[in-house]
Amino acid sequence: MNRILIDLQHITKSFDGQMVLDDLNLYIRENEFLTLLGPSGCGKTTTLRILGGFETPDQGKVIFDDRDITNLPPNKRQLNTVFQKYALFTHMTIAENIAFGLKIRNKSKAYIEDKIKYALKLVNLEGFEKRSPDSLSGGQQQRIAIARAIVNEPKVLLLDEPLGALDLKLRQDMQYELIRLKNELGITFIYVTHDQEEALTMSDTIVVMNQGYIQQIGSPEKIYNEPENAFVADFIGDSNIIGATMIQDKLVEILGIRFPCVDTGFGTDRPVDAVIRPEDVILSSPDKGRMEGVVTHLIFKGVHYEMEVTANGYEWLVHSTGMFPVGTRVGLDVDPFNIQIMNKPASEDEEAVKTDE
Amino acid sequence: MNKTKYKLLGTPYFIWSAIFIVVPLGMVFYYGLTDRSGTFTLENLISVTTPEHSKALGLALLLSFAATLICLLLAYPLSMILNGMKVNQHSFIVLIFILPMWMNFLLRTMAWQTLLEKTGVINSILSFLGLPPLAIINTPYAIILGMVYNFLPFMVLPIYNSLSKIDPNVIHAARDLGAGGLQVFFKITLPLTVPGIISGITMVFIPALTTFVISNLLGGSKVLLIGNVVEQEFTQASNWHLGSGLSIVLMLFILVNMVITAVFDREGEGSVL
Repeated sequence: MNRILIDLQHITKSFDGQMVLDDLNLYIRENEFLTLLGPSGCGKTTTLRILGGFETPDQGKVIFDDRDITNLPPNKRQLNTVFQKYALFTHMTIAENIAFGLKIRNKSKAYIEDKIKYALKLVNLEGFEKRSPDSLSGGQQQRIAIARAIVNEPKVLLLDEPLGALDLKLRQDMQYELIRLKNELGITFIYVTHDQEEALTMSDTIVVMNQGYIQQIGSPEKIYNEPENAFVADFIGDSNIIGATMIQDKLVEILGIRFPCVDTGFGTDRPVDAVIRPEDVILSSPDKGRMEGVVTHLIFKGVHYEMEVTANGYEWLVHSTGMFPVGTRVGLDVDPFNIQIMNKPASEDEEAVKTDE
Repeated sequence: MNKTKYKLLGTPYFIWSAIFIVVPLGMVFYYGLTDRSGTFTLENLISVTTPEHSKALGLALLLSFAATLICLLLAYPLSMILNGMKVNQHSFIVLIFILPMWMNFLLRTMAWQTLLEKTGVINSILSFLGLPPLAIINTPYAIILGMVYNFLPFMVLPIYNSLSKIDPNVIHAARDLGAGGLQVFFKITLPLTVPGIISGITMVFIPALTTFVISNLLGGSKVLLIGNVVEQEFTQASNWHLGSGLSIVLMLFILVNMVITAVFDREGEGSVL
């Protein structure tokens, strides 16, 4: 494991009496691609702005490279930010934009020119030196914003929803670009987004946030497969979150039917939430499943069919490559290791969000 | 089809501008380029080189330049303060700032006359406090004061407008890349507000250059600007030809100013008033 580069300790921040971050603790390792993921207003952008130096926390410390930088202004920090809407200097050429930070540091002319060439090559925009930012497309402007930040050789690159304004295809291309950049540069990336797919694709570590609290920290696989609470389960992908009773270790009762599972340590006869991903529901003929239901909706989604199946009073969301027309009676089953057991929400911010995302 | 209909809606404006802009402009050019017998001459234009006229033009240029500079130096910090305020605060300040403009221009200037007079309000207070009197009425300084007072809002609004258009993240980006406060100002803020500055300069400089009311009221008959000379040619000497000729010369200066504006102000900041 790499050493810890940034350590946020007991960060608290409120705006106009509204608590945005409440006792946030988080460390970030060197060379890590860490994503702060959450819905708008969850505090992810405020966290990033505190790291960049644009906000000062009401309480708590920001430790960077074993130094307390809590009150250091942005221009004295060894991090650079890529802003959501690029924030390029429109009165300068592309070359002048990229050279901005280097000129302030009084680097030699030859060094600056080398760096501009290198950075433009890195973001695949060679020969753009003399162009004006206004003449570039959104994707190109974002690459320039990245180039402008990385020529300063920061230890950490902060990215504030940098792909938010781009269309889907470009966004996917840029995701691969960012992964490549991170590997070539060997620096730490801290990435803010509300897009769970983006987070899953690029990150080494995902920090899921809601209402100023960290909900779960973990690798993309862990966050997806083993969500710790209903909020995380619901925010990361689609899922069926069903009230259930833990009968004993490795046995759970869902909607009156007993399912074997792999979770232990929840006690006996305790109310819990069971999370089952739609792609983990197995549909078969009515007599074969553990539960029987009727297909009520069917949508073709390209890779798979999305179906809603009513069974034992619950409307299950099911993704399957097999197609079952509306009205078909089907059997439902779930493999034991695909049932994720969670404790019931302890507070409001852990509850599943009802959004249209 | 619909386009022609919409164009028809502009008719009243076109008629208005024909009668009150194009025709008078044509008349100015006709009078300016002819003598009393109606024959073509450039004498009215050339007469600007006579010592009396060139002195009035020179003084007008000097005073309006000084007034513009003072306006700029006052307006820029003020605009920055306004821009840094929250919306509900700044709209109140802007209101206070614009409120005097709802009063008649003549009245406001006459008020300054009363304030600055030898036995006026300011001097009464000064003598009451045992301080030496302020003797600037009927001097070029009083005229500059009047110009700055009357035209300052025209400098503040375009500069404030261009400042408020700067994305805060652009400032943050500059800070993020290592720029300190002064560097951000000179490398980012100032260059990005050049269009607003140029618009402000135009909107203060042109009315200041051509004014005759401010110089009449605050300069007495002792300070003669080119605007006063033109006015006198029309109202007292009844020499419309000479007055028009000098007006055309003034127009040239304004034209130069407007060309400079057009070069710098591609985004039309000045048009947002």
